[in-house]
Amino acid sequence: MDSLNALVVIANFVVVPGLAYGSQLALGALGVTMVYSVLRFSNFAHGELMSFGAMITVLMTWWLQEQNIGLGVLPTALIALPVAMLMTIFLALATDKVVFSYYRQKRSESVTYLIVSVGVMFTFGGLIRFIIGPADRVFTDGQRFLLKARAFKKMTGLNEGLAIKTTQGVTIIVAVIVVALIFWFLNKTKTGKSMRAYSDNEDLALLSGINPERVVMITWIITGALAALAGTLYGLDKSYKPFTYLSLLLPIFASAIVGGVGNPVGAIIGGYVIAFSELFITFAYKKVATYMLPGAWAPEGLVQLLSTDYKIAVSFVILLVVLLIRPTGLFAGKTI
Amino acid sequence: MFSQSTHPFLEKKRIPVLFGIMAVLFVIVGQLQSWNLSLAILNLCLISAIMTLGANIQWGYAGIVNFGIMGFAALGGLAGVLVSMPPVQAGWQAGGMGLLGGGVIIVLTSVLAVFVWGRIKHITRWRYWMMTAVILSGYLVMRAIVDPAVEAIESIESAKAGHIGGLNLPILVSWVVGGIFAAGAAYVIGRISLGLRSDYLAIATLGISEIVIYVLKNEDWLARGVKNVNGLPRPVPYEIDLQAELWVINLASRLDTDVPEMSSIIVKLTYAGLFTIVLLMLFWLFETALRSPWGRMMRAIRDNEVAANAMGKHVTAKHLQVFVLGSAVIGLAGAMLTTLDGQFTPASYLPLRFTFLIWIMVIVGGSGNNFGSILGGFVIWFFWIESEPLGLWLMDVITAPLSETSALRGHLLASAAHMRLMTMGLIMLLMLRFAPQGLIPETKR
Repeated sequence: MDSLNALVVIANFVVVPGLAYGSQLALGALGVTMVYSVLRFSNFAHGELMSFGAMITVLMTWWLQEQNIGLGVLPTALIALPVAMLMTIFLALATDKVVFSYYRQKRSESVTYLIVSVGVMFTFGGLIRFIIGPADRVFTDGQRFLLKARAFKKMTGLNEGLAIKTTQGVTIIVAVIVVALIFWFLNKTKTGKSMRAYSDNEDLALLSGINPERVVMITWIITGALAALAGTLYGLDKSYKPFTYLSLLLPIFASAIVGGVGNPVGAIIGGYVIAFSELFITFAYKKVATYMLPGAWAPEGLVQLLSTDYKIAVSFVILLVVLLIRPTGLFAGKTI
Repeated sequence: MFSQSTHPFLEKKRIPVLFGIMAVLFVIVGQLQSWNLSLAILNLCLISAIMTLGANIQWGYAGIVNFGIMGFAALGGLAGVLVSMPPVQAGWQAGGMGLLGGGVIIVLTSVLAVFVWGRIKHITRWRYWMMTAVILSGYLVMRAIVDPAVEAIESIESAKAGHIGGLNLPILVSWVVGGIFAAGAAYVIGRISLGLRSDYLAIATLGISEIVIYVLKNEDWLARGVKNVNGLPRPVPYEIDLQAELWVINLASRLDTDVPEMSSIIVKLTYAGLFTIVLLMLFWLFETALRSPWGRMMRAIRDNEVAANAMGKHVTAKHLQVFVLGSAVIGLAGAMLTTLDGQFTPASYLPLRFTFLIWIMVIVGGSGNNFGSILGGFVIWFFWIESEPLGLWLMDVITAPLSETSALRGHLLASAAHMRLMTMGLIMLLMLRFAPQGLIPETKR
């Protein structure tokens, strides 16, 4: 019984939040990885692109709520999401046309792209704050919990409760569907295969008659859609605040690099690795230890490796360790 | 825009003309808004210019992408606290031994880790796990010693102290110490990460700078974390003392301003003088370095690493050298900033303001040119501050046809303050596209 209780504590405070946060990071990292493998640069504007998508969802959700349109138990944001994805795709394509395509023509070095993407980041950040302001917005509605802690206790007769927020459930399900779609696209469709060919060997792909501009366009379409999705899911789960998306950029880069930049499977696994390491390292094991150890050994302190204040710092440390020990990531990167 | 050095005459005139325009802008702000504001902007422009000089020798001379400027500036700021504040004796008595013990454990663990790493070369499979075990056990021992000490220190008069304090030396000393702090950190960071590709280096340095800020925010025993350290001693007289001086009162009446205003202007001018001395010294130093064989070598390495390597130059060592040097200058500027503010507030260190804004200064000013860096620091900081009133005025003009009560007008006016992020982004993108060499391009030598 005690060990079951301990397991439930871990499931409630680490596994469920970790799966949700990991899915958000994975979707973000997938976008970064796509841009990296086709356009060959690390896109510092990706965080703001996510923020833009989430902003459109927030605005649409407000409008829908005014019209009394909703999904009942599910958050209204799910109806707004397709519009947000379209708008974000449009922004990504417009940015490519106005900004990045020039450097592609000039065949600039990847450092130039990197610095240009910082300029894009500033511009997006300003645009977003200009439209919606810097304040914190909560836009989730519908039923708050899929599974309430009290209901779980009653159901199982355990001391500890397990709660699953609706937003967490939605995040995980949406992430699974989208990832499945992306892999189907990359591996089964002709366009997807041409993208993989282009990212694997640009010259050879050009020789076989693949149109590079089309590949780039499709990459931005996928990236924009993924960014809007990841941004919205993160905003639903926590809350929407433009400022947080810049700090989210580093965990996302960390996920992409840990998995191997350019490798979609790696990006997804990297997302979960980062999310779970953040939670496991900053989790206070006191309760678990109390259940698992005999009474006399019960710990006095929190039994925590690092205080929760350092949660995001954990991902930076992992990022550094991976960069130094195995820069190619867990799975060798550079191809889709 | 400007074409690259087609007219040598234009080239020579460009620097005085651009700096002249900058001076006129300061006069306009002084006349239209207030001289106090104009000087406040000037002081921060001077500090920004020094940070930009530091960033420029990394990017402009050597092509190193350092996105960790914020961290080095914060370490310099920390030096301000650790040098100038009086020591908290009770804190040292309560936890000093624990902290020192923890420091010893960290050093011992590092030595042990390096030693073990060398000895277990043949055990490829378990090597990483054994290293993890060594480091983790060292960490746990360190925590066991340090945790009670930290708790003891933080519980002493936590409302106003709760940290170990400083050395009670003049705060000007901290400018040097800040540079040393940043240089030390840069040495360690450079040793482990300079081998990385440029975008990995960018991400790594950004990550490290975030970690530095996290530590400063959360380790209250060091510099009170987010509770901030206020009231750092000043290198210049206080306004309140100046207001009692006869010559200040006379000067105020002669210049037709009130005494508090006058005293505040005098304080700002003193700061400006101190900062200008530092800026000129560094500028002279860097110009000399750029003209010297060392400068030619750095440019050679930047433009063709392989060729420079073949000529017998140790590329990695030189990169490390320039990384440490540039970071030291940024740390110095960070200490100057804390001195000017009179307080150390870890929460105010944001990558947008401290890393990316400095990058815009380097790019806009002209990477590889020291005049350009100074101008970039001035122009960008000036517009970073002034784009708010300018944006508000612009919005007011644009929205004038709308009625007073229009919701759109209200929203646009309220959002005008956020114009500056977009303005900066657009300036950077336009410069990169149409004048990638910057306002004052690098001189061909």
